[in-house]
Amino acid sequence: MYVAVKGGEAAIRNAHALLAQRRRGDASVPEIGLDQITGQLSLAVDRVMAEGSLYDRELAALAIKQARGDLIEAIFLARAFRTTLPRFGASVPVDTGAMRVRRRISATFKDLPGGQVLGPTFDYTHRLLDERLATQAGDDADRTAAETTTSARPNVPPLPPAGEGWGGGTAPTPDASPAGEIPAPSLPSSDRTRLLPSSTPETEAGNIRLRSGRGFTGARVHTSGEAAEAPAGPMPRVTDLLGDEGLIEPAPADDGTPPRDLTREPLSFPADRPLRLQALARGDEGFLLALGYSTQRGYARTHPFVGEIRFGEVEVSLHAEELGFAVPLGEISVTECQSVNQFKGSATQPPQFTRGYGLVFGQLERKAMSMALVDRSLRFAELGEEKSAPAQDEEFVLSHCDNVQATGFVEHLKLPHYVDFQAELDLIRRMRAEHAAEAEAQAPDVAEAPHKEAAE
Amino acid sequence: MGPDAPVSEPKTPPPVPEATADSTERQAMMALYARATRAELEAAVERFSPLPQVRKLRPPEAGLVMVQGRTGGDGAPFNMGEATVTRAAVQLEGGATGVSYMLGRAPEKAEAAAILDALWQDPALKLAVNDALAPIRRRLAAEEATAAAEAEATKVNFFTMTRGED
Repeated sequence: MYVAVKGGEAAIRNAHALLAQRRRGDASVPEIGLDQITGQLSLAVDRVMAEGSLYDRELAALAIKQARGDLIEAIFLARAFRTTLPRFGASVPVDTGAMRVRRRISATFKDLPGGQVLGPTFDYTHRLLDERLATQAGDDADRTAAETTTSARPNVPPLPPAGEGWGGGTAPTPDASPAGEIPAPSLPSSDRTRLLPSSTPETEAGNIRLRSGRGFTGARVHTSGEAAEAPAGPMPRVTDLLGDEGLIEPAPADDGTPPRDLTREPLSFPADRPLRLQALARGDEGFLLALGYSTQRGYARTHPFVGEIRFGEVEVSLHAEELGFAVPLGEISVTECQSVNQFKGSATQPPQFTRGYGLVFGQLERKAMSMALVDRSLRFAELGEEKSAPAQDEEFVLSHCDNVQATGFVEHLKLPHYVDFQAELDLIRRMRAEHAAEAEAQAPDVAEAPHKEAAE
Repeated sequence: MGPDAPVSEPKTPPPVPEATADSTERQAMMALYARATRAELEAAVERFSPLPQVRKLRPPEAGLVMVQGRTGGDGAPFNMGEATVTRAAVQLEGGATGVSYMLGRAPEKAEAAAILDALWQDPALKLAVNDALAPIRRRLAAEEATAAAEAEATKVNFFTMTRGED
C-alpha cells in the first residue's frame, strides 16, 4: 500500500521535458515518421497491435514512437487509448480459410493443395548482419544476401514500392529471400525458373533440414514459373485435410453462444476455451514463448507438429443493425497456427490427433505458435491428461500472461512506499530490541522471532 | 485490466432502409470504399458535383469493433482483439440515406463513403457510382496481382531425401 505524496511538480515537469528531449534524440538527425515505423518496423507495429489488443497500424506506430521503442510501454498506451472509444459491436468471426495468403507452410505435409509459400520470412536466412543496411545503400544495391555476393545478377528488376494497399505493411524484403538465390520478387517471368546451384549444397536453403516422421529430409528450392502463372488456388486448412479422414478432432462447434469477453467482465475461473484464447491472443509473447518451450521440454508433453502456419489478410465485417446486413470493414493481417498433437481416443471413439490453435493480429509467427502450444496444454482436463506443469494451470497462465497487468504490479513497487517502509523499520527495530533483550537474559534456546508478513 | 471502454449509446439511428435484394451488391461497394484511400473516394464524390444538400445524420464517429476469430479456424468464436472503426451516415436532399463503416480512424473518408452509398442507391446514379470506383478497382487488382505473384515466387517444393546412415 502506498499513500499520496505531494510536491515535486517542478521536478516531474522537468523529467517529462527531459524524456521528450531524449525521445527525440540527436536533433541533427531527421525525426522518425509514423510512415517509417509502420513501413520499416512493421513487426514491432504488429506486436503492439496484438498485445495492445487494438488493430490500428498508425496508432501502434505512434505508441512506439512515443514510448521510445519500449514495446510494453507502447502496448500500455494502446490499451489506454482503446478505453476512450465506444464499441460498435463484435465482428462476424473472420474466416481464415478465405485468407489472402502471403505465407503458408506446413511441417506435416510437404505436398498439399495450395502448396507451401514461404512469403516474407526470416526462416532460412543465415542471421548474418547485412552491412549494406547500415549504410542505407541497400535500396540501390543488388539485393542478394550478404553471403552470396559473388552471384552477379545485374538485371534484377526493382522491388515494387511497399506502400498503401499492402495492408499488412509486410512487403517481402529481399533480405528475407533464402540465401539470396531467389531474385527479388517481381512479376513472374519464365526466365526466373531456376534450381539452386548444386555447388552450394551446404547453404541452409540448399539443404533445408526438415523434421518428418521418418527422419531428416533435404529440400530443394525453386521458383516455379508454371505455378506462378496459375492463379492462386484455394488453400484448404491442413486440419480440414486430416479431418476428412476423421484422423483429427473437429474444432469445437459454434453453438451460437457469444464468447465471454475479458474486457467486459473480470477474468474468472474456470475459463472456457474461447476466453482462454482471448487472453492468449493478447498475452505477452515472451511469457507464452517460454511456456510453450516448457511444454516441448517435457513440462506437460503434448508432442506438437505444426500442421500449418498461414499469414495474410482476412476481411472483417460487422453486422450493422440499421442496415440489416454485414458491412465489410476492410482487411486486417493475421497469423494463424494449427498445431497437431498426439492422440486421444476412448472406448467409443477411435484415436484421433488433437489440436492447439493460435490466431493473432499481424505477422507474429512465434506468438501464434506459442499460443497454439499453450492452448493445447491448457486443454489437459478435457483430454484426460495428467496435470503436472505450469503451462497446464489456467489460473497461473491467464493471470500472468498480460504484460500490462504484470508491468503495473511490478513497477508500482517503485512508487513511494515511505509510510509502509517506516512501519517496517519500526517493526524490525522492535524485533531487534527484543532479540537483544532475550540474548541478555541468557535464554538457552533462541526464541523464534515472530514472522511478520511484509506489506504489499 | 484497465477500465472498460464505454458502451456506445444508441444515438438517434438513421431510418432503416428497405432490405433490398441488391444488398450483396451494396456490400461489394462498401468493401471497395473500405479499401480505397480518402483521396480516391473524395475524387469519386467530386464527379457528382454539385451534390444535393447533404444532411449529416451521424457525423463521422470513431469507435471499436471486437474482432472475432474461430477456435481451430472454423469452430466456436472467440474475441481476438479490437480494431478501430469509423462510421458515418448522411442523407441527401430528396435522396437516400447513406451509411458507412470502415476500419481505421478516417472521418473524411467515412463521410465520402456514406455520400457515395447514398448516391448509389439512386437507380439513376448507380452505374455512374460504379464507374467512378473503377480506378480503385484497378489499383486494388494490380496490387493484389503483385502481392500474389510475390508470394507465388516464394513457393517451395520440398523433396524428401533418404538418410545416408540407413
